[in-house]
Amino acid sequence: MSMPGMYVSPEQLMQDRADYARKGIARGRSLVTLEYGDGIALVAENASATLRKVSEIYDRIAFGGVGRYIEFDQLRIAGVRHAELKGYQYSRSDVEARSLANQYAQMLGQFFTHELKPLEVEIVVVEVGIGDEANQLYRIQYDGTVMDEEAYCCIGGDADAVRERVAEGYDPELDADAAIRLARAALAGPEREIAAPDLEVALLESNVEDAAHRRRCFRRLDDAEVEVALGDSAERPDEV
Amino acid sequence: MPFFAPGDDPGASFLELLRRTGSEPFAGFAQVPSAEGGFGALESSHATTVLAVRSSDGVVVAGDRRATSGNLISHRDMRKVFPADSYSAVAIAGAAGPAVQMVRLFQLQLEYYEKIEGKPLSLEGKANQLAEMLRAHLPQAMRGLPVVPIFAGFDPADRRGRLFQYDVTGGRYEEQDYATAGSGSLHAGTVLKLGFRDDLSEPDALALSVQALWHAADEDSATGGPDPVRGIYPVLAAISSEGFRQLSDTESGEVFASLQADLSGGGSSGGGSGGAARSGSVGGDPDSAGGSRSEVSP
Repeated sequence: MSMPGMYVSPEQLMQDRADYARKGIARGRSLVTLEYGDGIALVAENASATLRKVSEIYDRIAFGGVGRYIEFDQLRIAGVRHAELKGYQYSRSDVEARSLANQYAQMLGQFFTHELKPLEVEIVVVEVGIGDEANQLYRIQYDGTVMDEEAYCCIGGDADAVRERVAEGYDPELDADAAIRLARAALAGPEREIAAPDLEVALLESNVEDAAHRRRCFRRLDDAEVEVALGDSAERPDEV
Repeated sequence: MPFFAPGDDPGASFLELLRRTGSEPFAGFAQVPSAEGGFGALESSHATTVLAVRSSDGVVVAGDRRATSGNLISHRDMRKVFPADSYSAVAIAGAAGPAVQMVRLFQLQLEYYEKIEGKPLSLEGKANQLAEMLRAHLPQAMRGLPVVPIFAGFDPADRRGRLFQYDVTGGRYEEQDYATAGSGSLHAGTVLKLGFRDDLSEPDALALSVQALWHAADEDSATGGPDPVRGIYPVLAAISSEGFRQLSDTESGEVFASLQADLSGGGSSGGGSGGAARSGSVGGDPDSAGGSRSEVSP
């Protein structure tokens, strides 16, 4: 893609692309993923009820994306396809987050170095462990860098500040409601409040009663359930 | 990782995705030259009596457990009733191998659509998907490997149970009260026809289904009856606004035990009212019990 008669050093080229991607990601709201006692919670600030940042990929795997919606949604669909094809060709138990995270990393790395413009996205791929298995949290950046995170993971424009606020209140024994409350407080910061309809919440639950009949661990919470989890509903006069 | 250019995207169809990634889902037998008299001559496994009945809560689906190869019993505990997703079920009759594969693809397609599109297909859409799969399977059916499913589910839009019957060409027929398929369908259908009422509760619909299966097994050698020695009972499933629920072997055994009490109390009625032709039957010949058999094993 170099133009005739012009030289741009590789360092400069990569720097420019990274700056471009970071600027795009910084424009969007953040997303928090955290392990709690019986699973993993994914909480995003999202004013839209239909354009989703958090989604189901496979039985125990979920996806979260921030940045340009159309770009991370394409990644989400590619992930569903990868997982479903693998499960069809081999077995459902052969589909795992680690391999999916590597596939995403390759794809993002490819876009970053070879395409005209990098993808302006940052994503998380998480898998809930059943029984003695540990949970897996992967964070993948716009340039294909993969990070294997523990306990919690934050992506988006304000990720560093949000991460500090999660760290202050985090306890691995939190229940789901407490985890959602912590995520909201961390996303909002000290100066503002986020109402339930502006939160997108999904859980990967490891404590489903009948695992044989409910292999899909992903559960999206609707606005009413989010309000109950946050403890906001008691303030509503019609519910008292 | 599959990635497609806009305009070339396979969308929410899992079958199309399989084709694009190089594995034609129904190609299995397309290249195999037809054996004399079709695959029937090779004695592939044939699945047998399955049925669905509408109840006041939704719909009940049931199927026996026997699979046969010619005059041998090849499996005693085969499953022919499957959850298609949380609110629907599919039951199969016909050649076992392709039928089980079709169910698997159907289940994957429904879940795949739900994930890609962010919401599940309508019940009608699901029924049409199954018809499309049957159409794709027609070349194999012509070679003697037919698959004849029943699809039933709770329609959240209509708040009621709905059921669909199919033929090998992909013809889709919505039934109002009950549907049957397989070699014992004539007998099962007759029992359902006589016993059906508009306000059947879920337990009553289950009891009627069990009665129909029992009579089918009594008259048709390719349909298996209850097997208390091994603890194998026909699969019974109920779908309501609460979703799909399969009864455990113990629960199925209890439904059969009460039927047994009724039957032994009332003497051996036999139930072989083979002369009554069932409306909508594919079998056709009401005078011979063998006529219905030709539905699944030509």
